[in-house]
Amino acid sequence: MKITDFHLYLLKRLSYLVLTMFLVSAIVFASTIILPGNAAVLILGRSADENSVAALEKKLGLDQPWYEQYFDWVGGLFTGDAGTSLVRQEPVIDIVVPRLFTSLQLAVFTLLVVMVIGISAGVLSALKRDTIVDRIISGVAYVGVSLPEFVTGTLLILLLAGPVFNVFPASGFVPLSEGIVPYLSHMILPVATLTLLITAYVLRQTRTEIIEVLQSDYVRTARLKGVSRRRVLYKHVLRNGLLPTITVLALNFGWMMGSLVVVEEIFAISGLGRLVVFAIQNRDLPLLQFVVLVIAGAYAFANLGADLLYGYLDPRISYGGEE
Amino acid sequence: MQLEQTQTTSNETVLSIDSLHVEYSTPGSNVRAVRDVSLDVARGETHGIAGESGSGKSTLALAILQYLGDNGSITSGTVQFNGTDLQELSESELRSLRGNDIAHVAQDAKSSLNPSLSVGEQVAETIQAHQDVSRSEAHQQAIEMLREVDIPDPEYNADQYPHELSGGQQQRVLIAMALSCSPELLILDEPTTGLDVTTQSKIVELIQDLKDEYETTIVLITHNLEIIAQITDRVSIMYAGELMEQGDVYSIFDDPSNPYTQGLLAATPEIGSDKAPTAIPGQIPDLTDLDDGCTFADRCAFATEECRTGSIAMETVADDHETRCRRWEAAVEDPIQPKRGTYDRASAGGELLSATGLRKIFDEPSTVGTLFEDTSFERFFDLEPPVKAVNDVDITVRESETVGLVGESGSGKSTLGRTLLSLLEPTEGTVTFRGDDVGEFDSSEMREFYSECQIVFQNPHSSLNPRKTIGQIIERPLRMFTDADAEARTNRVVELLEQVDLGPEYVRRYPHELSGGEKQRVAIARAFAPNPSFIVLDEPVSALDVSVQANILDLLSDLRAEYGTTYLLISHDLSVISAICDRIMIMYLGEIVESGRRDDIFEPPYHPYTRALLSSIPNLDPHKESSPILLEGDVPSMRNTPNGCSFHTRCPQKIGSVCEESCPEVEPTGEGESSEHGIACHLDEDEMSTAIEGLHNDADG
Ligand SMILES: Nc1ncnc2c1ncn2[C@@H]1O[C@H](COP(=O)(O)OP(=O)(O)O)[C@@H](O)[C@H]1O
Ligand code: SF4
Ligand code: SF4
Ligand SMILES: [Mg+2]
Repeated sequence: MKITDFHLYLLKRLSYLVLTMFLVSAIVFASTIILPGNAAVLILGRSADENSVAALEKKLGLDQPWYEQYFDWVGGLFTGDAGTSLVRQEPVIDIVVPRLFTSLQLAVFTLLVVMVIGISAGVLSALKRDTIVDRIISGVAYVGVSLPEFVTGTLLILLLAGPVFNVFPASGFVPLSEGIVPYLSHMILPVATLTLLITAYVLRQTRTEIIEVLQSDYVRTARLKGVSRRRVLYKHVLRNGLLPTITVLALNFGWMMGSLVVVEEIFAISGLGRLVVFAIQNRDLPLLQFVVLVIAGAYAFANLGADLLYGYLDPRISYGGEE
Repeated sequence: MQLEQTQTTSNETVLSIDSLHVEYSTPGSNVRAVRDVSLDVARGETHGIAGESGSGKSTLALAILQYLGDNGSITSGTVQFNGTDLQELSESELRSLRGNDIAHVAQDAKSSLNPSLSVGEQVAETIQAHQDVSRSEAHQQAIEMLREVDIPDPEYNADQYPHELSGGQQQRVLIAMALSCSPELLILDEPTTGLDVTTQSKIVELIQDLKDEYETTIVLITHNLEIIAQITDRVSIMYAGELMEQGDVYSIFDDPSNPYTQGLLAATPEIGSDKAPTAIPGQIPDLTDLDDGCTFADRCAFATEECRTGSIAMETVADDHETRCRRWEAAVEDPIQPKRGTYDRASAGGELLSATGLRKIFDEPSTVGTLFEDTSFERFFDLEPPVKAVNDVDITVRESETVGLVGESGSGKSTLGRTLLSLLEPTEGTVTFRGDDVGEFDSSEMREFYSECQIVFQNPHSSLNPRKTIGQIIERPLRMFTDADAEARTNRVVELLEQVDLGPEYVRRYPHELSGGEKQRVAIARAFAPNPSFIVLDEPVSALDVSVQANILDLLSDLRAEYGTTYLLISHDLSVISAICDRIMIMYLGEIVESGRRDDIFEPPYHPYTRALLSSIPNLDPHKESSPILLEGDVPSMRNTPNGCSFHTRCPQKIGSVCEESCPEVEPTGEGESSEHGIACHLDEDEMSTAIEGLHNDADG
C-alpha cells in the first residue's frame, strides 16, 4: 500500500465527514426553526409586550430570514462561536465542552467494559457452543438487552444504592481530580446500566463471527498442519473473528449517545444527554443546535475511527493502487 | 512421466485403511459419508481417488487425519500409518503427526488460506510447529519452500496476503506449506479444480517434480479422470461413500470392470476423437437413507433384481484389481461404450447475428456517478486504468450453427456474450441482428430482440429465483414475450418441461428441491420458452459433474436439432466445446486470437496460445503421455494489457520486438481470403504448423 493511496482515502473520508456534518447542521437548524413557540416570547414570558419581543428578536437575529440566520450560525461555528445560550446567557461552547467531557468519560468507560465483557463472553460462548455455558451467557445477555435503560438503571439504584445494599452513590458525577475512589464509585452504576444494554450486541456478533471462523477452511488448514489449538485460537480465530466487532462497537458508541439522555437523567449526571433535555424544555435553540451537532459529530468520528482501524487490521482492504 | 509411474513404488505399506465407516450427524439423520472403504498405499505410490462430488473423497481424506469436525466421526474400521493405528493417538501425538508426517492440501485454496496472515508467515507457521527453529529461520525456510514451488519472487511474495496472489499461486502456497516438513504422505484434495487448464498442467507438473524430490507418497483426490490417468500408479473409484473399483491405473482404464467406472469414462469428453460423451442417468442417492443392495443400482445399465438385495462385496477381478459389482463379468463382457460420431447437425444458414469492432470497457471514469459509492473511491480519483474486457472483436454467427467461445477465466467471454445480447451496452462497435443494427432498435423491436435471444448462465443454483416454483420460473418469459393466455401458458410450461425430460410434477417444485443437473434443465427450458432463434450458453455445464455434464450436452444437441436454434457456447473447457461446436473462437485478454471451423482449430496451423491450450489437456489414456506446453506466469490483468500482441508476455514462440510493438490482425490461413480459419499472430504459417523442438516439456527432460 502506498502512503498516497491511504492519504487519498483519508481525504475522501474526511470530506464525507464534512459533508455529513454540513447536512446534519442544516437538518438540526431546520428542525429547530420548525419547533413551535417563539423563542423571544418564551424568554420574556407570555405577558411581554410586542415591542420588547421585537427588540429581543432583533437582538437575537430572529428577525432575519432563515438562511441568513443559518449562515450566521455556521459562520460563527467556524470562528469558535456557537452563539449564546438564550436561557443561561453564556456562550454555548462554555456550557457544552465540560459536559461533553463528562459524557465522553461515561461513554468511553462503558465501551471499554463492553469490549472486555462482550468479547470474552462471546468468544467463550463460541468455543463452548451449545453447552450450558453458552446458554447461560446468552440468557443473561438477552435479559440485559430486553430491559430498557430506565428499568435497569432504577433496579440497580434500588439494589445497590438504596435500601438493600448501600454500596454506591445513587447520583451525581465526580471528576477524577477528586480522587480515584469517588470517581469510580460514581461511575459504576451508570456504566453498568449502559453496559447491560449494549453488551448483548457485541457478544452476539462476536459469537456468530467466531463460530464462523472456527468452521472456516483456513482454521482447518491450520489445525491440519499441526498448529496447536491455542495458537490457532490466537493467531487465526481471534484476529479474523474480532474484526467485525470493531464496527459493532462503533455503532454502539453512536447508540450510547442516545441512551445517555435517559441514563444521565436517572443518575443526575450533568452531561450532554441532560443538556439536550434542558435545551428542549427551555427552547434554548442555540444550545440545542450545538449539542445535537456535537453528538452527531461524535458519532461520525467514531465510525470513521472504526473504518480506519478495520482497514488497518484487514489486509484485504486496500486503499487503491496496484492490485 | 510414464516411466516414473511404477518405478518408485515399493512393497512397504505406508497407509492402510481397513473397512472404514464415517458418519456425520445432522439434525434428524446421519449422513453415512464413507462406508466400508479399504485401501493400502505403498511407499512411493501415487494413489488416485476419483468419483463425482458427494462420493466421500474429502471425507476419506479428513478421516485419515482424524479430523472430522464437530459432527463427524469414524464409526468403525481402522486407519494405520506405518503400522500405527491413528485412532489410538492422543491429541498431542496427532498434532505432531499432522503437517509433519502426513500433510493435507485442502480443496479450494482460496478459502484454505488465512486472509489476514501473510503467506510466508503461514508457511513458516508449519515449520515452527514441528521444528525447533527461530522465527527468522522459519521465515527463511518458508521463502525457500516458496521458491521450490516456483513462486515467482519468493522474498517479495512471502510478505503478500493470499488475496494478492492468483489462484494458481495460492495453490502453490498450500503445496509449499504441506511439503515444508517433508511429510511421508501427502494428501491432495482436488488440487487443480477451479484452475484453468494451463495453470492446471503447471500444478500437475509441479506435483510430479516435488514427489520425486521429496520421495513422498501421494494420495491424489480429483474428479478429473484425465489427471488420474496421467499421474497415478493405482486408483480407487468412489461412489456414494463406497469404493466401487480399485486397481493399478492400467487395469482401471484398460479393463474397467465396474459399470460406474465405465460410465464415468464414457461421460468424459475427449478432444480430437469422435467420442460423444455419454451421460450416466440419474443422480447420487441420499446418504442418509440408503436402500439395501448396490448404491448404484438406480443408475446402472446392468442392474438386475439381485443387485437390490443384501450388501455387495468387493470381488477380485485380477491381481491388484477389485470391483464392487455382482455382475462385473457381464460388465467386462459387454462394457458401456460411449456413443461415436458427432451430434446430429442442422446445416448453417445465413448470417443471424454479427458484431464488428465490438469493445466493452468497464470502469470508465465517471466522477459524478461514483461519488456516493463508498468502495469505488479508486474510480473516484481515477487511480486505476479501465478494464478492457472486450477489445475490438468481430464475430459472425449464422443461423442454426453452434459457435464455441473458449478462453481462460477472465478472458472476457461472458462479457462478450452479454454485450452481444445487449444485456450490456457496448462501449464501441455495432451488433446487427438479421442485418439490422441493434443499437438503432426502438423499444418494441428491442422487446422482439430480447425474446429472440436468450441466455443460460453457468450457475444454475443462483440463476433460478429460489422463491418461485419451477412453473412460475418457466412461465415468466411466456408472459413477457408472448400473448398466450393462462391456460396456453400452463400447457406450454408442461410441454417445455417434457422437452428437457422433466415430468409435469416439477411445475410445483422449488429450485432447492432439484439437483444441479435438473436446475440446469429448467434454465434451458426457460431459455427455450419464447421460441428463441439464438441462445448464449454461458458455461452451462461447468458447475456440473462429468456424469451429468454429458446429459446436458445431449439435451442441448437434441433441442437444436429439433428447432434449428443457434448457440453461442461459452466455456473454458475445450473438450466440452469440441464435443458440440461447429465453429470455435479462442479468446485471450478480450481479443479473439483464433477462429475457425472445429477441425481448423484442432489441427495446425495453430495460434501459439491455442497450441498451449490444446497441449494442456491431459489424455484419458494412461498409455499416452501428455506433454503440455507450460506457459510462463499468469494471465496479465485486463487493466494493463500488454502492448502489441497481448499474448507476448507468455508466448513460447515470440519472435521479438515486433510482437511487443505491433498488434497482429486476424489473417485468414491457407488459400487466402475465403478461408474461415483466421489467426492473429505475426508468425508465418509454417512456424504455426510444425512441431517445435524443446517446446514441449519432455517426460525424461
Ligand atoms: N460436515 C458435514 N456434515 C454433514 N454432512 C457432510 C459434512 N461434510 C460432508 N458431508 C456429506 O458427506 C458426503 C460426502 O461428502 P464429501 O466427502 O465432501 O465428498 P466429495 O469430496 O467426494 O465431494 C456428502 O453427502 C456431503 O454432503
Ligand atoms: S451390482 Fe448391479 S447395480 Fe451395482 S454396479 Fe453391479 S450390475 Fe450395477
Ligand atoms: S504475435 Fe508474437 S507474441 Fe503474439 S502469438 Fe504470435 S508469435 Fe506469439
Ligand atoms: Mg471433495
